[in-house]
Amino acid sequence: MIELSLRKRLHSAHGILDLDVEMRIAAGEFITLYGNSGAGKTTLLRMLAGLTVPDAGRIRVDGETWYDSANGINLPPQRRRVGLVFQDYALFPNMTVQQNLEYALPGPKAKAQAGSRVEEILAAMQLRPFAARRPETLSGGQKQRVALARALVSNPRILLLDEPLSALDQEMRFKLQGELADLQKRYGLPTILVSHDLGEIFRLSSRVLCLEQGCIARAGKPGDVFGGARMSNKVRLTGVILAIEVADVVRVLTLLIGRETVRVTLLPQDAEAMRVGDKVFLAAKAFNPMVFKADPGA
Amino acid sequence: MGHFEWDPIRLTLKLASLTTVILFVISVPISWWLSHTRSRVRLPMRALVSMPLVLPPSVLGFYLLLLFSPAAGPGRFLKDHFDITLAFTFPGLVIGSVLFSLPFMVNPLVAGFESLPVSLSEASFVLGKSRWQTLRKVLLPNLKPALLSGAILSFAHTMGEFGVVLMIGGKIPGVTRVASIAVFDEVESLHFASAHVYALVLFAISFAILLALFFLNSLNKKIPGPF
Repeated sequence: MIELSLRKRLHSAHGILDLDVEMRIAAGEFITLYGNSGAGKTTLLRMLAGLTVPDAGRIRVDGETWYDSANGINLPPQRRRVGLVFQDYALFPNMTVQQNLEYALPGPKAKAQAGSRVEEILAAMQLRPFAARRPETLSGGQKQRVALARALVSNPRILLLDEPLSALDQEMRFKLQGELADLQKRYGLPTILVSHDLGEIFRLSSRVLCLEQGCIARAGKPGDVFGGARMSNKVRLTGVILAIEVADVVRVLTLLIGRETVRVTLLPQDAEAMRVGDKVFLAAKAFNPMVFKADPGA
Repeated sequence: MGHFEWDPIRLTLKLASLTTVILFVISVPISWWLSHTRSRVRLPMRALVSMPLVLPPSVLGFYLLLLFSPAAGPGRFLKDHFDITLAFTFPGLVIGSVLFSLPFMVNPLVAGFESLPVSLSEASFVLGKSRWQTLRKVLLPNLKPALLSGAILSFAHTMGEFGVVLMIGGKIPGVTRVASIAVFDEVESLHFASAHVYALVLFAISFAILLALFFLNSLNKKIPGPF
């Protein structure tokens, strides 16, 4: 069980933001932090890892206090046993994949025992063929896997993933999401993932926390938080208005939804309140839409 | 007629090697601190370390001579309590050279440390490793080009030193009479032939060292310069 209650004033590009977050994470839970960039998601992970000092609050993990501003307790990152996967992976360029993993072994253990843990994780993450390679020779997806493997070797008590898949293409993302789900189940680690990708959130997380202006605005199962339950008879997508054009008696809106642009028509009175840059929901009847395979051969 | 001896050359190489080794040891912590600290004295310290780049060597030599002088101050303290004299001795020369070549080792290292992503150190800390382990296993191995560049430049710069050495070492044969001083000495005594030989040897060694640096540079584009 992880309990945290943290406050921190952040000086961002948009001015001052007061981060004020409280949460509990049960053993084996997979939590996703969702929110705009600059909402404080990364800072939250960094405070858990001990890399950023909060202004006030406390962190307790399985009854052990990691941080408590009232009693002046602040465990250094070295003693927290957190598995953190950085956005840029932070693999050590001077070490091979295997050495990166071995470096993460806790303490001077017996060589044989240490070796077996590295071996096990190399095999589980399908990294055996790359063991002798250096990080610079790996693809993005491979680097990501090495970073995750390295975090697991250190035998962490909690896994923190800072948008680990954001730099990858769709296909590789999908594959690694599956691996991530399997690994998390296998090791039963409480995990916090920072992600913007709704597909990823639905696929992986047991609970999602939406961070807005430094506070948790909504929390719950992905389906509840992103409106699935409230509008089960409809398909609902979230997008941004890119352009509004006048075409005869209607208005044509160009929306960005995910990575796709969509054009829809609206009546002038409905489009009146809309402005370019507005965040909008696009809803359609869910009953019998056209759904077909993108790749007929698959 | 003067005559050429290998002694000053040997002394120059010995001084340059020793200076480089000492600089290597002290510059790593200094550069690490300078590249990480948020202290207010960071910029004054950086300026101070870089002073030998612009200061006339005779100024540095003059101050060191005052400092080393057994007649008063720290020099007298060393003389009275430890029987150590630094003025006009080889150890005094080494200290002067270390100070004089400090920017040539520290500046490439600071640039090197600053070029490494912060996440590398942080990843190492999160994996339970101390600052010392992180420095030794992660940071320094990734700074090999900067270390090499710093070492080569410090060595070459120490060889080319003249003003500081003359001020605090004088020209005692076999003790403080390095090659650059020998050239001056021979010319002053109108012994041009031996001056030529010293000059040529210094020229050749310096050229070889710089050539090596540029060759290594061409192999690795990331070697930061001394400034």
